[in-house]
Amino acid sequence: MVINSRFFNRSELMGFLVLAAVLFVILPLSLDVFRLNLVAKYLTYAFVALGLVLCWGYGGILSLGQGVFFGLGGYCMAMFLKLEASSVENTKIQSTPGIPDFMDWNQITSLPLFWQPFHSLAFTILAIILVPGIFALIIGTAMFKRRVGGTYFAIITQAVAAILTILIVGQQGYTGGINGMTDLRTLKGWDIRPDHAKVILYFVEVVLLFACIGIAQFIRLTKLGRILVAMREQEDRVRFSGYSVANFKIFAFCMAAVFAAIGGAMFALNVGFMSPSFVGIVPSIEMVIYTAVGGRMSIFGAIWGAILVNFAKTSLSESFPQLWLFGLGALFIAVVLAFPNGLSGLWADYVQPRVDRLFASRKKPGWSDNSVADGAPAE
Amino acid sequence: MFGDYSLGDLGSIFVMQGFAGLILFSVYVLMALGLAIIFGQMGVINMAHGEFMILGAYVTWMTSNFFQSYLPSLFSGYFFLAMILAFVASGALGMLVEWVLIRHLYKRPLDTLLATWGLSLVLQQAYRSVFGAREVGVELPQWMLGSLHVTDSIEVPINGVFVMCLTVLITVGVAYVMYKSRWGRQVRAVVQNRIMAGAVGINTEKVDRYTFGLGCGIAGVAGSAFTMIGSTGPTSGQLYIVDTFLVVVFGGAASLLGTIASAFSISQTQSTLEFFLSGSMAKVLTLLAVVGILMLRPQGLFALKVRK
Repeated sequence: MVINSRFFNRSELMGFLVLAAVLFVILPLSLDVFRLNLVAKYLTYAFVALGLVLCWGYGGILSLGQGVFFGLGGYCMAMFLKLEASSVENTKIQSTPGIPDFMDWNQITSLPLFWQPFHSLAFTILAIILVPGIFALIIGTAMFKRRVGGTYFAIITQAVAAILTILIVGQQGYTGGINGMTDLRTLKGWDIRPDHAKVILYFVEVVLLFACIGIAQFIRLTKLGRILVAMREQEDRVRFSGYSVANFKIFAFCMAAVFAAIGGAMFALNVGFMSPSFVGIVPSIEMVIYTAVGGRMSIFGAIWGAILVNFAKTSLSESFPQLWLFGLGALFIAVVLAFPNGLSGLWADYVQPRVDRLFASRKKPGWSDNSVADGAPAE
Repeated sequence: MFGDYSLGDLGSIFVMQGFAGLILFSVYVLMALGLAIIFGQMGVINMAHGEFMILGAYVTWMTSNFFQSYLPSLFSGYFFLAMILAFVASGALGMLVEWVLIRHLYKRPLDTLLATWGLSLVLQQAYRSVFGAREVGVELPQWMLGSLHVTDSIEVPINGVFVMCLTVLITVGVAYVMYKSRWGRQVRAVVQNRIMAGAVGINTEKVDRYTFGLGCGIAGVAGSAFTMIGSTGPTSGQLYIVDTFLVVVFGGAASLLGTIASAFSISQTQSTLEFFLSGSMAKVLTLLAVVGILMLRPQGLFALKVRK
């Protein structure tokens, strides 16, 4: 387990450059706006996957409730956009103009109190970070301080996802119910629906994603990241060394929640709606799938996992809707049984050593076997 | 909230809702019993538990169709055969799954969660391909329809009574097998210390396979019983999986008594609240209470005191 003091080691630098090239140059140049917008949708899950790498891959905490945080972030953004879309002029056919349409349908005549602050963009951005962050802090504190972990934590987060979904669907007048918040139009007067806006939002999202990658990489490389790994491997030993294990777990869980929430907010902006179908148990587990397929130990692997699995989902379910579920199920079983470290593990175990050997044998024939260790991933 | 009802009304409401809660309780117990064996005893997080249940339901549906077309004279008794078939089918599938998948993952419990989720997706799609996407309902024999009049305001449906009797029977059976029989002792020995159990001559692989099969078989019976109350579709199993896990965890994973107690308290809370609030709010409040209590007592209501 070698941890480099430099920000990226060689293979990570390669990963970083390849991802940057693909997201900033290759995809925008080669795809039409519709497909690019789809990629933007996939990338919102990459935020979640990034958080899961920190909290599941490094911290060893499997959360099956990332949909909750994705949803909280998304709903905060959607509430702001919805309020802007329901100005008095836009909603003058309603019996009470100036409130979102679904409230009007549910006989709610004035804006509920918790909606009021979402008139302000600054508050909304703060809420996107703070609401899921504080929620994760509460759950994390309650669970980790009492040393609840592993399976129990997974099941309880799943229950939280179920609760939130039922609540959103049930409280139709306040949340838009099962349909969610649709018909989002403008951000501070700037129309988010036309093609050029989609392209700009895509680039904003990619920049944000790279910022989050930077934060995750920074966490990983500091002492904090090393403690997280140590905790995953030998929790008791870290505790006996005098570290507060619970606090580190809470931190990792909160970071994952905030990343997921940023993804959710970008989802609301890019896709133009938010609904409870992105909050519940099934989407939450799918988010774990992306991470597992890409590689729970690798930041870049998880991002590729989110993009590739979603791409496969779209293209397979377009042409063979039946095969998709079989394929996804089989992929998942295969990941667990055959390659637990996902695609990035396959890469590090099989492709990277060959590539290294190829380069090494050109320089120094006969040295090829030792170069394998150099190419291994940083953890 | 109580103001609109007279005292007598309230009494019958509580009895009726209590009885509805008892039926829910029976179904919860049946679903959770299988999971209590698989998750509580073996430590395997089986996310496909609901799908094993649905398999039992489909087997029951097929049996009822078979009896209707070929043996209409015996239709009134088809249910007993259907339950045995459901047990055998789900149990056999469970043993196959254990052999192919689960036995490689005993040391990685969180990975069983992911793998069995994949399995549940595959099974769901298989049901959809074989039986169609529509929900199917089973026609009940004549003697199960109707209800018993206890008093003027209290009625008790017969199929509910039947499900409850069935639950009691199966629970007693499982308790006997796990705590009294030679085989149950072997199961508990393997769970507590696999290496030691192997050393004294227990074939641990075989015990694992049959235990997993038993858990899945009970899920199949639960699914079979479920057809009497609701209809079955390819994705019905997913609806119950969180509830079932919460029941098992809330009761204390390794305790059979805890499972029954938690199923009782959860179902009674929910059905009583359902009368006064909307169904979804009742569900939310019940789940919140369960999660809240779990935060206070992470090991569940009836935790075994063991050193780790």
